Amino acid sequence: MPVLSVKNLVMHYRTKKGYVRAVDGVSFDVGVGEVLGIVGESGCGKTSISMAILRLLPENAEFRGGQVLFDNGNETVDLVGLADSAMQKYRWKGISMIFQSAMNSLNPVYRVGDQILEAMKRHYSEISKEAARKRVEELFRLVGLDPKRMRQYPHQYSGGMKQRAVIAMALACDPRLVIADEPTTALDVIVQDRIMRELKRIQKDLDMSMIYISHDIAVIAEISDRVAIMYAGKLVELADTLTIFERPMHPYTNGLMNAFPSVVGQKRKLRTIQGEPPDLLKPPSGCRFAPRCSYADGRCKEADPEFRILEEGHYVACFHPVEKEGCLIKGVTESAE
Amino acid sequence: MQNSPLMAVRSLKKHFDAESKLFSKAKLFVHAVDEVSFDVEEGGSLGLVGESGCGKTTTGRVIVQLEKPTSGEILFKGRNISEFNKSEQMKYHREVQMVFQDPYESLNPRMTVFEIITEPLNINGIGTRRQKEERARSFLNQVGISPAETFLSRYPHELSGGQRQRVAIARALVLEPVFLVADEPTSMLDVSVRTGVMELMLKLQEEFKMSYLYITHDLAVARYMCHRIAVMYLGKIVEVGETEEILSNAQHPYTRALLSAVSVPDPRVRRTQPAIKGDISKPVNPLPECRFLQRCPVATDYCRQNPHPPLVEIDEGHLVSCYEATDEA
Repeated sequence: MPVLSVKNLVMHYRTKKGYVRAVDGVSFDVGVGEVLGIVGESGCGKTSISMAILRLLPENAEFRGGQVLFDNGNETVDLVGLADSAMQKYRWKGISMIFQSAMNSLNPVYRVGDQILEAMKRHYSEISKEAARKRVEELFRLVGLDPKRMRQYPHQYSGGMKQRAVIAMALACDPRLVIADEPTTALDVIVQDRIMRELKRIQKDLDMSMIYISHDIAVIAEISDRVAIMYAGKLVELADTLTIFERPMHPYTNGLMNAFPSVVGQKRKLRTIQGEPPDLLKPPSGCRFAPRCSYADGRCKEADPEFRILEEGHYVACFHPVEKEGCLIKGVTESAE
Repeated sequence: MQNSPLMAVRSLKKHFDAESKLFSKAKLFVHAVDEVSFDVEEGGSLGLVGESGCGKTTTGRVIVQLEKPTSGEILFKGRNISEFNKSEQMKYHREVQMVFQDPYESLNPRMTVFEIITEPLNINGIGTRRQKEERARSFLNQVGISPAETFLSRYPHELSGGQRQRVAIARALVLEPVFLVADEPTSMLDVSVRTGVMELMLKLQEEFKMSYLYITHDLAVARYMCHRIAVMYLGKIVEVGETEEILSNAQHPYTRALLSAVSVPDPRVRRTQPAIKGDISKPVNPLPECRFLQRCPVATDYCRQNPHPPLVEIDEGHLVSCYEATDEA
């Protein structure tokens, strides 16, 4: 039984020029204790998915179909239909989020510890002050922050420390699912590496379910159990991490793999994906990747390929799935952890 | 006499006031760039790699004279640029150009693509209207924006991020510079677009025989773009050498930490945890000892008692600034 099951979700933004089809028929599951990585470029709708799940949407967002089924431990609820007041119950405690601009998601005029307390009080109104303080202390240790820093303000923190505090806040109410949206993107490599290791360790220790959103396929390769590739509002491929990197079947996935430089292994020739992503106000008919795809034919320009299963656990939305070489490094064999 | 390198930076220092006082002079200084020296040969490319705040962008800005150095020299074709007279100065500004990181900020939103690209020509009084149009068209084609005609009258907001950066590159190239300072030109771009801009820069280097200083935080990108890599830490170059040599045989503990912190697009690879302590600080009135001392996993008493180690050649063209790596510790 998955923790979260997104079924054919359609969420568009209403604008003066028409509907922006940010999320257009997306389906995926997240299992218990699983990390699902979602990869995509800016504007492909990956952040919109997370905002839609948590219903943190601007006024012009409209659900135009589909379900977001969340298993809260006792029952399964469809978050799409919930009233705002009912949704409150699930934020932080059921599903919490580590935002992209974590640096800016702390309130500068409150002590960091108090901000986390605040988030907890909403869901545990009966918790005593002392117990809550203990819990925050515990959270600080969990994310590698000195509990003495609870009384400090965000400006006294470095970028990496703020990011840790935001992670602590996301974990405060023992969520069943954490959505991490580019949590390390603005950080320097060494800090990024530390935060990722920390996040992965906590996720394993707590057997937490997580959706990790990033544009960086190298980060995704390291943290995810399964990977979904998103392009122009749709998922184009979904499989376990090794399969995606070993033999991507969608031409776009393959293009991404071949466009990504690495510091390890033989220097390979990088290949460019021609063109640019489409405007989601008027996406091309048929397959949205077709205008950039070297395999595309007449059919691709007319019909929209179904997101279908091609082998156990491997979904691809393409009329011409190709088994291509991914970006695995030659000479490396699977090593046990 | 040996040919002098195209661009040579000698003991470059740039200090900024760390406190602003109205009536007295500042006593605290950020040593953003501190005794930095390097060469870029004709047709060569040097990657200046480091974390934010290491001084890599400041170094680039000093070279194109957007900042005045505190001390040190920049030698262009063997001549000190601070000794240039006015016309030589103009020539230098034609021959040395810069591409900035953020294509959303570096283009004037009120100018059309045509105006943006031809502005450098106007400033230098080159060409008639027709020649300029011809030139703008040919450079847009060069940077892969076609059909060029349909873009000339557009404004930056009508372009995508990749297109903007291509226009910014076209503007930098329109005077046919021999040296380009590229400050993270691809870091704001998406993966599928980034490779295109990287390839474009490599192609242009080949075609125009251009040399460049490529400033980036991303070692993987530097690997594809540069013949040589210099790693900077808190205003100092700690290691420099041929790109593949640096990647496979890094000697400075900071370079090693940086390398092992980079994620690898292969789920089977288990990277070793970077051996490095603490967080990066700011080089405000730094102590004389090695800048990396506080975070160094291999520091010895020798490192604590001696000044910042000099850059020493340990192999042909491979220089390291570390007592431990050069067996002095």
